[in-house]
Amino acid sequence: MLGLVNGAFYAMLSLGLAVIFGLMRVVNFAHGAFYALGAFAALLGLQQLAIGYWAALVLAPLAVGVLGVAVERLLLRHLYRLDPLYGLLLTFGLALVIEGSLHQRFGSSGESYPVPAALQGVLDLGFMILPLYRAWVIVASVVVCFSTWFVIERTRLGATLRAATENAPLLQAFGVNVPLLVAATYGGGVALAALAGVLSAPVILVTPAMGSSLVVVVFAVVVIGGMGSILGSIVSGLALGVIEGFTKVIYPEASNIVVFVIMALVLIVRPAGLFGRD
Amino acid sequence: MRAARVFYALAGLFALAVPLLGIYPVFMMKLLCFALFACAFNLLLGFSGMLSFGHAAFFGSAGYVTGWLATAHGWGTLPAILAGTAAAALLGLCIGGLAIRRRGIYFAMITMALAQLVYFVCLEAPFTGGENGLQGVPRGSLLGLMPLKSDVAMYYVVLAAFVGAFLFIRRIVSSPFGQILKAIRENEARAISLGYEINRYKLVAFVLSATLAGLAGSLKALVLGFATLSDVLQSNSGEVILMTLVGGTGTFFGPVAGAAVVVTLQEYLSDLVGGWVTVIIGAVFVACVLLFRRGIVGELAALRPRR
Repeated sequence: MLGLVNGAFYAMLSLGLAVIFGLMRVVNFAHGAFYALGAFAALLGLQQLAIGYWAALVLAPLAVGVLGVAVERLLLRHLYRLDPLYGLLLTFGLALVIEGSLHQRFGSSGESYPVPAALQGVLDLGFMILPLYRAWVIVASVVVCFSTWFVIERTRLGATLRAATENAPLLQAFGVNVPLLVAATYGGGVALAALAGVLSAPVILVTPAMGSSLVVVVFAVVVIGGMGSILGSIVSGLALGVIEGFTKVIYPEASNIVVFVIMALVLIVRPAGLFGRD
Repeated sequence: MRAARVFYALAGLFALAVPLLGIYPVFMMKLLCFALFACAFNLLLGFSGMLSFGHAAFFGSAGYVTGWLATAHGWGTLPAILAGTAAAALLGLCIGGLAIRRRGIYFAMITMALAQLVYFVCLEAPFTGGENGLQGVPRGSLLGLMPLKSDVAMYYVVLAAFVGAFLFIRRIVSSPFGQILKAIRENEARAISLGYEINRYKLVAFVLSATLAGLAGSLKALVLGFATLSDVLQSNSGEVILMTLVGGTGTFFGPVAGAAVVVTLQEYLSDLVGGWVTVIIGAVFVACVLLFRRGIVGELAALRPRR
């Protein structure tokens, strides 16, 4: 069950990565940094401006999303005609800048974020006792993931997005403002990461490095699931979190590496990823 | 071509004279190790078009193997270096074998994830000393003849290894094998249609690159006398990419110049600005990608009028 909480974060992060990659062909290395930024924005809001958890849940992703739009307009925009590897390198540098700044501002030891009053206490499920906050994280992220999926696969906005993925120049010829769409997608993707950051803040210690260790696992999740599919990234994120949780109980030493081992196995059996089309 | 020859002659003279010029030899050795690391990386990215985000795994684990054999088992210097390099080659075979199943960004992500796996193994394994790493690795002596305790003697050994590896890379790249690698980088489908087993070529290139990176890691462990987790860390993989990028991807001397710039920056900036080094390195990364993708050497070469 503990694993499901981690899985929820994996799912939200790999979903954001998949959405950004699908439209922009950019592997957003800075995803982990934006995740950390979301958590720190919530923390800073609480300490400096007395902004509570519920407000932070909306405001922090919004702020990070605006930052994401700025990043796309100022930096990433110049790289679309080049090899996608440059996007990965640029966002890698960006991640270093963000993490280094957080490190300078907050130190490396990390701080904890209090669990909001309404979600303290535990839930007795009969077979186990689940802290209420963890239950909330699971429910919230599943709702967020599936509503994102719904927006992309079932609404008019999503259809436009998918059209931009297929053939951007043609869509532009139809009068759709594609650059705006791209910027908004990047902002939305990193806002999702920031939302995951705020959600995770009360569960884990908020440190500048919290994103960089997570992002590598999320990359492995994405390789396993195949980046082409939204649903695939959600399902594989949740499933791998659960597997990791089980490993933690059965053989704790391997819990850090189990995701990577699974990735290696998947590469041997199905190089394109479980849900991938390559 | 003549300008290049003069340049290499000057660079060679400078490298030979370093101990006389009063430059701290340990710093120069560190620089050479990273230069070799970057050249090895460039063999993969620059000449074969594969971006590995996990080269620290080879560099670091070779350092661990060399350090462990020299400390705990009393192996000689040369066998320990060879064993470390061989370990990196073997690791390269495993990681490369998996990673070449995908291309482009997936390749980068897979190498990164597998390198993280290596990192966790190094963290947990009984012989690596966990968080403390291996301390007090002895330099020993070369074939029992020349003691390497003095920095100057060690410097010339490192220099010889570096020059040997540098010439080896040049030889590989200009060989028919190197030409095929370039062909694969430029147009994979066409290389396949010409009948080349491209995966075999890619794997060999990957293993060669991993081996040379391992050589650099082994040397570094002996030079500095320790092997720590920071060598296997993801940020180390990032730094070697930055060195190659700053210097010039796909040029022979670029990685050397890039390593010189990055190592010097780190050495002096960390005194000046402390923790801001990470931010500055990141900003340099962004600037390189946006403004000069050809790197120092690449930009210089582009300045020269073509004849």
